[in-house]
This record gives sequence, C-alpha cells and structure tokens, in this order.
Amino acid sequence: MNKILIIIQREYLSRVKNKRFLLTTILTPLLMVLFFVGATYFAIQGKEDHKIAVVDQNGFFKGNLENTTHILFEFPEAVDTTNYIQKGYTDILLIPEFKGTEKINYIIRSKKRIGLTTEEAISRKIDEAIEDKMLQDAGIQRAQLDSIREKSQFAELKSLEEQGDTAQESNAALSYGIGFGSGMLIYITMFIYGAMVMRGVMEEKTNRIAEVMVSSVKPFQLMLGKIIGIGAVGLTQFLMWIILVVGLMAAAQFLIPHEVLDQVNTLKQYNGQIPAGGMMQAGDTAQNIYKIQHTMSTANWPLIIGCFIFYFLGGYLFYASLFAAVGSVVNEDPQDAQSLMMPITMPIIFSFIIMTNAVQNPGTPIATWASIIPFSSPMVMMARIAYGVPGTVAYWELIVSMLSLVGGFLLTTWLSAKIYRTGILMYGKKVSWKEMGKWAFRKN
Amino acid sequence: MSAILQLEHLKKHYATQKAVDDISFSIEQGSIFGLLGPNGAGKTTLLRMITGIFYPDSGSILFDGRPFHPEEDIIRIGYMPEERGLYKKMKIGEHALYLAQLKGLSRSEAMEKIRFWFKRLEMESWWNKKVEDLSKGMSQKLQFVTTVLHEPKLIILDEPFSGLDPVNANLIKDEIYGLAQRGSTIIFSTHRMEQVEEICDHIVLVNLGKKILDGTVGNIKQQFKENKFSIKLSELPAVIQSESFTVEERKDHELIVKISPNHRSNDVLQHFLQQQIIIESFHEILPSLNEIFIGLVEGTSATTRAFQQPS
Repeated sequence: MNKILIIIQREYLSRVKNKRFLLTTILTPLLMVLFFVGATYFAIQGKEDHKIAVVDQNGFFKGNLENTTHILFEFPEAVDTTNYIQKGYTDILLIPEFKGTEKINYIIRSKKRIGLTTEEAISRKIDEAIEDKMLQDAGIQRAQLDSIREKSQFAELKSLEEQGDTAQESNAALSYGIGFGSGMLIYITMFIYGAMVMRGVMEEKTNRIAEVMVSSVKPFQLMLGKIIGIGAVGLTQFLMWIILVVGLMAAAQFLIPHEVLDQVNTLKQYNGQIPAGGMMQAGDTAQNIYKIQHTMSTANWPLIIGCFIFYFLGGYLFYASLFAAVGSVVNEDPQDAQSLMMPITMPIIFSFIIMTNAVQNPGTPIATWASIIPFSSPMVMMARIAYGVPGTVAYWELIVSMLSLVGGFLLTTWLSAKIYRTGILMYGKKVSWKEMGKWAFRKN
Repeated sequence: MSAILQLEHLKKHYATQKAVDDISFSIEQGSIFGLLGPNGAGKTTLLRMITGIFYPDSGSILFDGRPFHPEEDIIRIGYMPEERGLYKKMKIGEHALYLAQLKGLSRSEAMEKIRFWFKRLEMESWWNKKVEDLSKGMSQKLQFVTTVLHEPKLIILDEPFSGLDPVNANLIKDEIYGLAQRGSTIIFSTHRMEQVEEICDHIVLVNLGKKILDGTVGNIKQQFKENKFSIKLSELPAVIQSESFTVEERKDHELIVKISPNHRSNDVLQHFLQQQIIIESFHEILPSLNEIFIGLVEGTSATTRAFQQPS
C-alpha cells in the first residue's frame, strides 16, 4: 500500500511541478474566452457592404425596403443583370410580379458569393416589406403594431418543478448550459487525462524502466499509482479553475458601481418586483444583474458540483485503465496506439453524441439508459442532472448509475491490469485485440 | 556453506514453447554464479521467476532455506534486468531515492546509502542533473547503484557490462567482487564468455529451456578437455610418427598434439626426448568456455528472442 503512495506521489509531483502544467492551467480558460470573444467579434465585424440594385416589377418596394448599416437598397433605372456591376452595384435583386398568393422566387445575383447572415438579412427585409404591405391593406399601421408588441411584453413564464411538497423554480436554458458544459468538460478531460495515462505507460515501456519497476512493485501497483496520480493532477486543475473563476467573479463585483449593487439588493428583497412609488427604482443594469443572479440561484449547485466530481472521477477511472492497457501493448510505433485506441475512443465519442441529445430531451428512454450504463453515464448523467433531481432524474436512477459506474471501473481496472501485466514486459511483437482479450480473461 | 537459492524442477510454459523446462540447481551463499545461454534459451524467464515477476507453472524456489515469497523477499534481492531504463525527466538523486524507497527503504536510510554509493563511484556532482543528460555508461553506473543500494543478499545482474567503457567496467567488476566478499551472492547472466571465465565461480548453461551444464569453471573445463597439448621444440623434425599422439597443427617451432586414447602426456615428452630434441615448453590446452558453449549449443535450433506470452 505504501508503495502505491510513493508511486502516486512521483506521478503527481512530476506533472504538477512542471512549468507547463501551470501555464496550460491558466492559459486554457483564457484561450477559451479569447476564442469566444474572437468568434463573436468576427461574426459582427466580418460583414461586407452590399449595394443592391432592386429591379421591382410591382413598383411597390421602393421606399419600403429598409437599409441597414451594411446593406443599401437602391432602385435605379435601366439597370439589369448585364450591367449592374459596371454601374457600381455589388448585387442585383430581381423581384417578379406578384400573382395572388402563390409562392414566387426572388433572385439575387451578385459579383461575389453572399454570406449566410447577409442573405438572411435581405430575406428578412423583404418579408418585412411584404408584411407591411399586407398590414396596410388590412388597415393597420406598422408603428401601431410595434407599440402593441412592446406593451404586451409584461408576461414572463416561470417554470416550477415538483420537489416533494414544494415546487422548485427551474430554468431550462440554465439547465441546458450546465448540462452541456459539464458533459463537454468530462468529454474533453477524459481524452486529455486518458491520453496522459497512455503516454505515461508507453514511456515506461519504451524507456525500458518497466522491468526495473516490477522487480520492486507489482504491475498492478504501478498501474494504479499512475492512474490515481494523474487523476489527482486533473482534480488539481479543476480546483485551480474554480478558484480562478470565483476570483474573477469577486474582482468583477468591484467594477459594479455601489448604487447599482444597492438596487440589486433591493430587488432581492422584493423578489424582483419593486412596488411602484417606492424610494428606489432599479436601473436596467441592476435589473439585468438581478436576473442573472436569480437565474443562477435556481440550480442546485452543491448537488451538481458533487455529482460532477463523482462522474469525472468515475468516468476517468473507467477509461483510464483501458488507456493504460492499450499503452502497455504498444511498441515504439505511435501509429499502433492510434489503431488500438479506436475501440476506447468510439464509445466516448458515441456517449458525447447521446449527451448532446439528452441535454435537450433529458427524459427519453435512450438518455435514461445511457445515463445508467457506465460506458456513457458520466457524460449523459451530467447532462440530465442539471434538469433536477428527483424531478427529471429519479433517485433510483442516480443510485443505480453511480453503483454501476463504480462496479464498471472496478471491472475495467481488473481486466486491464491483466493485460498490462503481460504487455508491459513484451517487446517487438504486435498485439491484436484478440490476444489482449485472451490475456484479460485468463485465469490467475 | 549453505545455498541461498535452490531451484527445484522449475517449469514455465508459454503458449507455443517451453521457456523453462524442468530446471534445478542451487547457488551457494557468497558465490558469483554465472547463468549462461544463447539468446532465447530461457535465461530471462528464469530470472523473472527468481525475482518474483513471474510465477513458475510448477516446481519450487527456496530462498535462504525457506519457500520464496516475492512480497517479503523482494527487499533482499537486487535485479538489474537486461532491458533496463530510467525516467528521462527525473533528476538523478531523486531517481535513486525513488527506486530505493520502492524497495522498502525509508527516506532517510535511502538518502544515507545513496550518498555513500555516489561518493564511492564519484557521482556526487550528478545529483541535480537530469537522467536524459547522462551518457549510456553513466546511466549504467546509476542503474548499478540503484540495484545494490539496499544491500541485497542476492544480486542479479543481466549483462551488466554492456555499454560500459573498460575503465568503468573494471570499476563495476571490482564492486561486484567487493559485494561478494561482504557476503552477497551474485547471479551474473550473460553470453559474453570471457567475462564469465574471469569472474564466475560456478556456472549453469541453459539452452532451449533445459539445463545442459552445471559446475565450477575449472571442473567444466576438465570435463570438456580434448587432451590437446602445445609443445615447443628447438627444431621440428620433418616426420613425426607416434602411436601415442597425432599432430593437429604445426607452426615453425610449435606443435599442437592430441593424445591418443590410453596414452598419457608423458608419452609425448618421451617421444621427443628419445629423439634428442630439446623441449622448450609443454602445456595442456584447455578449451575456453566459448568453445564449450558453441560446441554444445551449435546445431540445436535456438529460438529467437521474441517474448512469448504465458499461456
């Protein structure tokens, strides 16, 4: 037992003490934020300017097609598909004559291909113009309709979930976000840390240290020490991320003006509805902050974080030993590792696909079963738990899922240890899955 | 003297071959024992059973007079396998400490012994270097130190001199003698015969999983001698005819002769004395272990090194 601790210690410290660990731990979230910011920025800024010549057979659109910052509609005379480019237009929109209500095709021809968002914007503008025309025909002004729409926005849907005697407020969007986020995180880390275990085992084998080691410790101790050590590295990384996020959020609080915070607190007191004529009225910022805080509070965070740690560890242990077994049979050639990894990566990817579905429809039979079977339960159960226990996920489902995951990783570790024991001392021979199966199910 | 290790009818079968097929021998305490054999003879499998890495299919191992229990006895064994390596990214001092602790030494004990050995082999300045910066010879030295650090009763060295320059090879050889004098038993596995002749007291030769030779180096040479003698004469007669011996080879002043059955070496001397030829030297030619080895192993289909999985 003591020897496993020494091995865990080395595996853990040799990775955590590495400067690269600190760097990736801090840079990964930053890069992710940068990625999203960058993607959003380019989505907004990446639009091209279009100057569109409209050839309208009905003579109705002129004055009704609204220009945007990037799209300019003009109605020049004597422009057709042959000469619009020479006249300085980027596109030409051909609108045929209406014939009743049957469907007709508008055609837009352009110098360059039109982007998806621009195409949607143009289509929307045309629809609006037609809608306006129809409203006018029915005797309603556009401005009137807009003001009615705005005034009617007072109703808000709150969904409550049965929880014994009381009903808990829930928020589908938040549940989706949590479910998808934690499922995704488990998916990524399973690959990262699984591959780390595999590389570690391969290193031991190619460096020829395996036999030196197993003359002092049992192969099982060596394998388990490595798996636990690397799992601890993963937990350390999560812990650092949590501290980073909490720290950043605390720092963000200082950036909010004092009076806004006061307003938020008042909102909290009155449960979001400040009585009319009160001393203090809440501004838009305070309303928004209150909404975010209120939405976040609808999730059962202790349960979600607890389950996340359990399913991260369980899923990691389930797959890490399989990765270790593959690492132990690989010879120098990394391509062997690729092909041998396939049967392990396939169920992980498959679980991810089920997870993306389960996070939208957490109650379907396939989601329920996939959240119980240990191959896929870490990801799929996390996707469902966010929707509430015991509302969406019954207690028995959670318990059976957890027990079968524990049983599952004990089984994979036991089988992998047998493959590992033989594989780690074997050089110069390519091993097939059939042989590995034979070793795994061999007695003693 | 008592036997530190006794192997009785050890067998280990792989799926397609018998790697070790009924081998028995015993090793005296404090001796330097040579385990010889061509590649794929079963040496490594045998050593892995002695070090507790593999379990024998049948047969028994007695360690220090009692049945061998790998779990407890492992601290009294030091094994330097032929396929050996180190963690490249670790510092040398830490690496030595790690392996010593895994053998069961406490941290302070381990530190003390590492300092002792590093000083002895002039490796003190290496402590903070990384393993990947070591030359092959240097890492061999480190591996030797980590093998003997915990002062095991039984030290098993598989090809310990491969990759060492003559100076370091001699250094290690002296340490091996020293360890044997202080009571450790050394099993020395190799196919380099000249080293065996020099170092080992007792040898066992295995081939195709079976023991084919067992004895002291001197006895074995006696057993395989071919009654060949070298004789140097002041002048060689043109014709040498005697029923007591046949000439195998002639150089300018030297003859290699083989004594015929039922004759003795003195008959050769007598033959030349009678002819009034001055004899300058006369000595027996004993076969080298290499010749014995090749003679015994040649012709058998020694299998390749490919490791076979246990069935």
